[in-house]
Amino acid sequence: MNRSGRKAFRYSGVLAVLVLMPALAFSAEPKTEAELKNFVIQDCGSCHGLTFKGGLGPPLRPSDIDPLPEAAIEAIIREGVPGTAMPPWKALLTDQEIAWISKQLKSGALLDDSGSNP
Amino acid sequence: MRKLTSLIATFIAATLLSGCQTMQSQEPVELRGTGDLGLIVERATGSVLVIDHSEHDILGRVEGLGDLSHASVVYSRDARYGYVFGRDGGLTKVDLLTQQIVNRVIQSGNSIGGAISQDGRYVAVSNYEPGGVNVFDSETLDTVLTLPANYVNDNGEQDQSKTVGLVDAPGNQFVFSLFEAGEIWTVDMMATPPEVTRHPAGKEPYDALITPDGRYYIAGLFGEDGLSMMDLWHPEQGAQTILPDYGKGEQRLPVYKMPHLEGWAIADGHAFVPAVGRHEVLVAKMDDWSMVQRIPVQGQPVFVMASPDNRQIWVSFAHPKNNVVQVIDSQTREVVRTLEPGKSVLHMEFTPRGEEVWVSSRDSDRITVYNTRTLEEVATLPAQKPSGIFFTNRAHALGL
Repeated sequence: MNRSGRKAFRYSGVLAVLVLMPALAFSAEPKTEAELKNFVIQDCGSCHGLTFKGGLGPPLRPSDIDPLPEAAIEAIIREGVPGTAMPPWKALLTDQEIAWISKQLKSGALLDDSGSNP
Repeated sequence: MRKLTSLIATFIAATLLSGCQTMQSQEPVELRGTGDLGLIVERATGSVLVIDHSEHDILGRVEGLGDLSHASVVYSRDARYGYVFGRDGGLTKVDLLTQQIVNRVIQSGNSIGGAISQDGRYVAVSNYEPGGVNVFDSETLDTVLTLPANYVNDNGEQDQSKTVGLVDAPGNQFVFSLFEAGEIWTVDMMATPPEVTRHPAGKEPYDALITPDGRYYIAGLFGEDGLSMMDLWHPEQGAQTILPDYGKGEQRLPVYKMPHLEGWAIADGHAFVPAVGRHEVLVAKMDDWSMVQRIPVQGQPVFVMASPDNRQIWVSFAHPKNNVVQVIDSQTREVVRTLEPGKSVLHMEFTPRGEEVWVSSRDSDRITVYNTRTLEEVATLPAQKPSGIFFTNRAHALGL
């Protein structure tokens, strides 16, 4: 708990800058929902685990990211976290796609009741 | 001679016994070797395929290995058992002949890879959560040694570092790097108790390799340009920085996938290294580690692997330009062919003598086999979201 508090604090510094930045129009190939779901589980999963229990990157289950509002998660995905291995994804994902991913992560919709990928 | 006879008898008995368990039938058990077998990780389903690379054949699927989102395999020295390291901290011992799990332990919350010792007695696993390295008896998977990778973090507190780039080294040693702590540790498994030596290294080592002769341990750095190298013939010299500032003054691209250094290419007196955050393969001279060339490629390289004859360098790439592999001629140092094996290429593995290379395409659910002389496709095999491909000849190579 202490740990996640510290983590949230660390992100908040990044966010203070990021949320003030205007959302630019990014050119990325639009993805279908199935492609996007596969992308989140497989590619985000490379660092965060297929079931988001963490790896090189922190765990991303609903309880792990509880302190962060959706907008904050969107900002992290869009801009990355400087000084860490989390890259900015804005060149590859549209704002709508980033918003969809944030929503799925917050709700845990990409995990089934047992905590696995459905 | 009597000993040999009894050994053979024991082996036949064991084979018959396990064979019966598997097939539950009265069919005669066919004896076979394991030298042309291998495992392919199916990352989404927590399964591995047992394959025969002489026949381009899938012999079976072993299920129940947990989260394999980042998985690798080492082999017992008899090349019969694969030790599969999973993301969820699972260490699973798989019998390639019976295609069954013979043992499985959850040894941490979150792991990244492992190694088997020179003498084959120990299997070591490097962990992210909690950090550190655990060492197991390769026969029983009983814990032999727990090494917390303690260090003092930026806030002055004791913390455990994630460990990466764990390899075996001559003299029955393990060597690994500490991501947050920026150190390289060697572990002497012949000392009682095993002896750890710490060496300061560069910022954020993300993966490492050992040269095929077991002399140089080289860690790639995420936190700075350059690599940390240890000459294991002279550990007292500590880690030195090589290829420093290879992209000085240039904007690094976002790194969408960390490069992997295992299978790093050493060919024709040169080392071929994936550049972090750049569309380049770096070429360094092996004698003085000076940079000779930066080969432009079509994306950020992830795997840069030399064929067993060192004539070709095969390169796979990070998202989003990961639907192709490129082949570099190690002498002219130019890209000679761009191949499209399928969507989201994750790994490549050469057959032991290098006449073929197997390539996994995660989002095409396919393995594509190429002839390395013609660079033509010779076979495809179905696999579910395949990632790592590991052939049993790794059993007899240092650092694999």
